[in-house]
Amino acid sequence: MKAKTEKKTYSSGAWFFLAPAVIVLLFVGIFPLLFAVWNSLHQFILPKVHSQGSFLGIWPLFDAPFNWFGNYLALLTDQSFREALFRTLIFLIINLPIQLVLGMAIALLLHKPGNELMKKIGRVSLVIPLATTFAVVGLMGRLMFNLDFGVLNYFWSLIFGHKIDWLADPNLAFVSISIMEDWQWTPFCALILFSSLTMVPVEIEEAARLETEKWWHVLWKVQLPFMLPGITVILILRTADILKLFDVVYTMTRGGPGSATELISVFVQRIGFRVFDQGMASAQAVVMLIIATILSRLYVKYVYKEI
Amino acid sequence: MTTSEPKERKGLQLDGILHFLALLLVVVVCVFPFYWMVTASFKQQAAILAPTPQFFFQPTLQNYVNAFTKFDILKSLQNSLFVALVTVLLSLALGTPAAYAIARFEFKGKKGIWFWFIANRMLSPIVVALPFFLIARNFHLLDTTWALILIYLTFNVPIVVWICADQFRNIPKELDEAATLEGYNSFAIFWKIALPLAAPALAVSAIFSFIFSWNELLYALILTRTEAKTAPVVATSFMSGYELPWGLIMATGTMVALPVIVFSMIVSRQLVRGLTAGAIK
Repeated sequence: MKAKTEKKTYSSGAWFFLAPAVIVLLFVGIFPLLFAVWNSLHQFILPKVHSQGSFLGIWPLFDAPFNWFGNYLALLTDQSFREALFRTLIFLIINLPIQLVLGMAIALLLHKPGNELMKKIGRVSLVIPLATTFAVVGLMGRLMFNLDFGVLNYFWSLIFGHKIDWLADPNLAFVSISIMEDWQWTPFCALILFSSLTMVPVEIEEAARLETEKWWHVLWKVQLPFMLPGITVILILRTADILKLFDVVYTMTRGGPGSATELISVFVQRIGFRVFDQGMASAQAVVMLIIATILSRLYVKYVYKEI
Repeated sequence: MTTSEPKERKGLQLDGILHFLALLLVVVVCVFPFYWMVTASFKQQAAILAPTPQFFFQPTLQNYVNAFTKFDILKSLQNSLFVALVTVLLSLALGTPAAYAIARFEFKGKKGIWFWFIANRMLSPIVVALPFFLIARNFHLLDTTWALILIYLTFNVPIVVWICADQFRNIPKELDEAATLEGYNSFAIFWKIALPLAAPALAVSAIFSFIFSWNELLYALILTRTEAKTAPVVATSFMSGYELPWGLIMATGTMVALPVIVFSMIVSRQLVRGLTAGAIK
C-alpha cells in the first residue's frame, strides 16, 4: 500500500519538473509543425496571401485557398522534388561509406600503440573540422576550390599540369561539397569508433593478437563487434544530418551550378523563400518530417534500448 | 634467434614510422583548411589572389579593421553572443528539471517524451523554419533576437536533457532518501542536492547549446533582416558580387569559428556524447 502511494506522488512530481520544458517545446516545436501541416493543405503563394489576423491570438489566419491534398498530389508528379531527394540519396550513398571507412581507419590509427604524443595531437586536431561553424566550412571551400587562386587547384596543377573549375562544373561541384562534408564529419566517425575501440577488453585483444598476425582478423573478429553500436549511431545520425545539410551547400554553391548540388533542405528552402510557394514547401517539409520520424524510431529502437 | 631479432626491430621501426606519418597526414588534413582561412584573414587581397599560394607574406590587420569599421561586425557578434547566452540560460532552466524527471521518476508518457526529444535531433530545421517564419511575422518577432532564442530552444532543450539525464541517473538514490528524512521536498532535493552534483554535466551541456546556437545559420538567415543578424549570416552575406572581399570574408569566418573551436577543445572528451544525443559515452 505504501509503495503504491509513493509511486503515485512520484509521477505527479515528474510532471511538475517536466511541465516547463514540455509547455515551451509544445509552443515553439509542435505548434509550428501543426501549422506547417495546415499550410500544406492550402494553395499558399506568399506574395498573394494576406494576413487575416489570428485565431485566439495565436494561430495566424490567411486568405490562402484550401485545396485539400493538391500540394501532395502535385508532389507525386514533381520531378524537381524527386530529383532533390534522389540527389540527397546519392550524396548519402557516396559519402557515408567514405566517412565510415576513413573514420574507422583513423580510429585504428589512434588505437594502435606507440607514437603517444602524435596520437594526442591527432585527437585534438580532429576536433577542429568537427567544431568549425558549418557555414564557415563552406567559405573555406570557396577559398580553396577557387579556379584562379584556390590552393587545392594549385596542388592539382602541380600534379596534373592543369587547373579545374571545381565549382562551375555540375559533377565537380558535387564532389567539392562532398569533400568539405567528408572533411568535417569523418572526425565524428573517427571519434565515435575510437571510443568504441577503447571498450574492447585489453586481454581479449592481446589474446587475439597472439593467435593471428593479421590485423584484419583482429579487426573483423574482435574489434568490429564492439564497434557495431557506434556504426549504428553513425548510420542513423549521418542520414538525418545529410537530410538537414544546408549551411555548407548554401555558402559554397547555393545549390548550383543549375541544381547540381541542391540537396533536399536547400531545395525546400528555395521553394519556400525564393519561389514563395509556402503550401508546396510545407508539403515537402511534411514528407521530411515523416522521414525524420522513421529515423528517430530506428534510433530509439537500435541505439536506446532502454531509457 | 640472433638473426631474426634485428630484423624484427627494423620491422617495428618501419611500422612506427608509417604510423607516425599516417597520423601526421590526419593532423595536416584536419588543420590545413583552418590554417589557410586564418592566414588568409591576415593577407592583403593581392596576396590572396596570387595564383601561387603565398605561404609567407606581410601580415595585415586591415581585414579585421574593415570588418569592424565598415561592416559593423561588432553588432552581429553581439547579437550572436546575446542569442547564444540567453538560449543557454533558458535551456538549462527548462532542460535540467526535465532531465531530472526522466532520470528519477517513472511516469506515463516517458517513452513518448524521450522519443520527441530524439526526433528533434533528426528533424531538418527547414521543416520548422517555414511555419515559424509566418508565426513570427504574425507576432512581429521577425528580425528580433527573441525569435531566434525561442526557436533555438527546440534543439537546445533536448541537448541539455540528454546530457544531464545521464548525470542525474548516476547520483545514488540513497541521497534522495536521506534528504527526504531530513524533511526536504522533491524540489529541494533537486535544487540543493541533485543540481550541484550534476554541475559538470550542466557545464558541458551549456557549452554545447552555446556552440549550436552560435553556429546556426538557416533560422538566422530566414528570421533576421538587418537588426538581429547574427555573425554567421553576416559572414555569408559577403559572398556576392564580382570581386569578393576574400580577406574580409576570412576575417569574419575566423571570428565566427574560433570561439567555437576553443570551446570544443575544452569539452573534447564529451564532444561525441553531445553530438550523438548522449548515446555514445
